[in-house]
Amino acid sequence: MRHGKYPFIVGFLFLPIVLYVGLVLWPYAQTFGYSLTDWSGQSQEMNFVGLDNYTKLFGDEVFLGALGHNILLLAVLPVVTILIALFFAFMLNVGGRSGTGGVQGVRGAAFYKVVFFFPQVLSIAILAVLWQAVYRTDASGLFNGVLIKLGLVDAQNPVAWLSDPNLVLWCILGVLVWSGVGFYLVLFSAAMQSIPKDIYEAALLDGAKRGQTFFRITLPLLWETVQTAWVYLAIVAMDAFALVASMTPGRTYGGGPDHHSELMSTYLMRNFLAFGEAGYACAMGVVIFFFTLILSVVSLRVTRRERIEY
Amino acid sequence: MSTSIDDTTAVPVQRGARPAGKPARSSEGGGALNVFSHGFLAVWAVMILFPLAWVVLGAFKTDSQINGSAWSWPSHFHFDAFTRAWSKGIGGFFANTLIVLAGSLTLTMLLGAMAAYVLARYEFKGNRLIYFLFVAGAMFPVYLALVPLFFMVRNLGEISPYLGLNSYLGLILVYVAYSLPFTVFFLHSFFRTLPTAIHEAAMLDGCSHTRAFFQIMVPMAKPGLISVGIFNVLGQWNQYILPVTLMQPTTAGESDHSMLAQGLVNLALQSGYKSDAPALFAGMTIAMLPVLVVYLSFQRQVQSGLTSATLK
Repeated sequence: MRHGKYPFIVGFLFLPIVLYVGLVLWPYAQTFGYSLTDWSGQSQEMNFVGLDNYTKLFGDEVFLGALGHNILLLAVLPVVTILIALFFAFMLNVGGRSGTGGVQGVRGAAFYKVVFFFPQVLSIAILAVLWQAVYRTDASGLFNGVLIKLGLVDAQNPVAWLSDPNLVLWCILGVLVWSGVGFYLVLFSAAMQSIPKDIYEAALLDGAKRGQTFFRITLPLLWETVQTAWVYLAIVAMDAFALVASMTPGRTYGGGPDHHSELMSTYLMRNFLAFGEAGYACAMGVVIFFFTLILSVVSLRVTRRERIEY
Repeated sequence: MSTSIDDTTAVPVQRGARPAGKPARSSEGGGALNVFSHGFLAVWAVMILFPLAWVVLGAFKTDSQINGSAWSWPSHFHFDAFTRAWSKGIGGFFANTLIVLAGSLTLTMLLGAMAAYVLARYEFKGNRLIYFLFVAGAMFPVYLALVPLFFMVRNLGEISPYLGLNSYLGLILVYVAYSLPFTVFFLHSFFRTLPTAIHEAAMLDGCSHTRAFFQIMVPMAKPGLISVGIFNVLGQWNQYILPVTLMQPTTAGESDHSMLAQGLVNLALQSGYKSDAPALFAGMTIAMLPVLVVYLSFQRQVQSGLTSATLK
């Protein structure tokens, strides 16, 4: 690797670096600068206002509410999704213990894995439109239709799902869980399959019950995967923009009714593209950034454990 | 409250209760437990399949059927709702998405592999710094860049309309730039694991660096390229915020270059006024079916590719 090495290195790195620095790193850096100005976005005119945008942000009820909603999603979504996915993965891979004492999954495991994964390949916007139809507030919505059929809901007075301020965020959360479980099930399955069968068989011989097997063997050996899943779900929870913006009521980019499903990202987009407050929107971008940063540092610290080799 | 939520609260309780409820009959308990676990699995499978089937059926209903009750069965199986959905732009949105995805995917893989290869296998000054810069980008939320990115792409449009807002190439380049961090990160570790012997032999025979990359390293890295390729297909296919921000017509006469996701959402918002619910359901069906067919044909590769890309 002697002659022509440097021209080759430069030739291979030039385009990727130009694109990456120009379209990713430079805008990231600019956001910090713009967040200190009163820029409207449309004109070239901007004045340095120091930290005014930030002080305004932390007195902004709507933004604080949005922050709270983001935190709620972050707290609930990973826990719920991981629990369901772990439960299903355990059932599919070691749950179907037959009389012969072998370790195997339930029948039809392959079918379930394929079906549960469906939502993952459908684009998030398709899911949004689909679920909007499911959550319709009249009897023609799928949920109201089912509930009316079961006699749980009065046909004259159906549930207002997405227009109910107390339900709207949970409706969004439901879609996120519904669509996410399949992927994490497959992820956990892959990890479970790499655990040697003899460990399970040894536990079985020692008389371990299913619950013990799960908590003493599967979960500890799976911990690193669970940790990865946690980080990914945190990213998903931070990125519920598409669902909220296209499903919930509200002037441009959803967030309603009355800001009850507002997220930091939807509020950012509204301030930027509808209200013409680019500088203020940039300050929100910076807050989202620090929020994510703290989150990843904390989650890496909290979930750190001894790596188990097998 | 939605059924999925109800289900989630039920799961931990059930699992915790199981060992107590089932005294030491571990080998015989299998049958009962299979019923129990099959129950949950089957319920979830229905919860996935039922809404999808309901949407497909909706495409064949009449407007008044859809707006009447959720339980109506389509009275006639005609495809005119599909024709209407297509003429409302679904076909064009599909084409737009395919154009952008073809371009961005090719470029992402090519540029990502090139950068990752050089960073993984060549020693030079600044190597670690460049690698670190790439990896750092994967940690930042895209919202941090949104506002300047919009104006940057708009300014590019003043240089050449092919690069500006509402242009295919502009969006392709943005997709590529935002896919690079993960692609480089994943392929970097992949190139490191490849053996050096073949490569060195080729170099001794007078193979150039570029040729060694395309003819030796890329074929050897195929499994890694497929994994990260699937990851990028799904990631870029699922993209919503970037097209919503960047694919906006700047003047009234400009043609609509919306991506499928964006176009479908707009169609959904319009149909609230125009009241053509069957066409909306048909549009959803058109958007869903090809992806599901492709997924079903390659489900093994998709699942294993995606898991290995995620676990790296």
